[in-house]
Amino acid sequence: MVTVEELDAIRDIAASVDDPELPHVTIGDLGMVRSVEHREDRIMVTLTPTYTGCPATEEILADVRAALDAASVDADVEMVMSPAWTTDWITDEGRVKLRAAGIAPPGAAGDRPAVMLDLPVECPRCASRRTRRISDFGATACKAPYVCDACREPFETFKAL
Amino acid sequence: MAMTNAALLTHVLRHGDRALVLAQRLGEWVAHSPELEEDMALANISLDLIGQARLLYTYAGELEGEGHDEDHFAYWRGPTEFRNPLIVEQPNGDFARTIARQFLHDAYALAHWEAMRSSSDTTLAALATRAAKETAFHLRHSRGWLVRLGDGTDESHRRMQVGLDALWPFAGELAALDDEASLRESGVLTDSGVRAAFEATVSVAVVEANLVAPVPVPAATSGGGWDGNHSGHLTGLLEELQVLARAHPGASW
Repeated sequence: MVTVEELDAIRDIAASVDDPELPHVTIGDLGMVRSVEHREDRIMVTLTPTYTGCPATEEILADVRAALDAASVDADVEMVMSPAWTTDWITDEGRVKLRAAGIAPPGAAGDRPAVMLDLPVECPRCASRRTRRISDFGATACKAPYVCDACREPFETFKAL
Repeated sequence: MAMTNAALLTHVLRHGDRALVLAQRLGEWVAHSPELEEDMALANISLDLIGQARLLYTYAGELEGEGHDEDHFAYWRGPTEFRNPLIVEQPNGDFARTIARQFLHDAYALAHWEAMRSSSDTTLAALATRAAKETAFHLRHSRGWLVRLGDGTDESHRRMQVGLDALWPFAGELAALDDEASLRESGVLTDSGVRAAFEATVSVAVVEANLVAPVPVPAATSGGGWDGNHSGHLTGLLEELQVLARAHPGASW
């Protein structure tokens, strides 16, 4: 029998894996670890992929398996699409880490496409809201380039999705 | 295979093919776009579409039950087996023509995914929830350019109108699938409002862009791309897409 404490410890191992494209946050910070369960004599770690086109998804699976192996944990890892991941699942700690790395955390995404609201984004450096979107598409699928008109610094924002 | 399952497999392949073929076209712009941000934007949209295609092809493999993976559907089928609507295989042309194609596609795709969020098929509903949000960004991009070019200089207006005129005849096929009745009955397809939503998005944007289009969208035509009847444009596109996989079967790196 596996105890709740053991499952929690396995969850911590999985959650501590860094995101390959955002090395300052973990997949736990991003809200990707859905559950760790004892299922038919096996331990199943369930993750939720983020963006459909995110090339990091397979690397994350491999990294989680490697982290579990390194801790001598015998568990299966699966990706489950439903319910669909949203940026609303990013933890408060994850948002603090993103801002510290110069990336504006996402606003509330809600249930529908929020993009048409185009809410102002706060500059992660000087906290001004006098910012402009340069493009909806940046260096990774999850971020968009902005510029701050107050401190003149360019920055990235995590797209609310 | 049960009839509903066969219809569902066809539906899933149609949309996987729609995404993959358009992604390949957008990929042709990389390093040729009018500005750096557009290189990034078109490549990112392409990647989102490839992501959608991969999930749909993987699901198609499960439905088909013959052990085919996503690569099989992308690389080992010929033009007559592709079920994408004709608009996505049309050549890029100039940037305005690419924008016309993308805008019409995105307006349809957003309406489609929004409707599919309430599909009784949980796999498609989950995919639709994310795809709708991604597609909203795609539409903001293509619609923004449609208005910027259409309501811009004389030359940009002229090119945007020419582009829209060229792609307009293909718009009717998008929201016109009348052979999926069994999927509607079972609640997999919840697309009764898609055509109206698509037409509303298009007609408002066309006016805002100072362009002229014979609204409503042309009447539905069957027997086109969704049914596997394609232009020669698809053949060339697939040759480029598939040549590496076919030259080195089973290769991995």
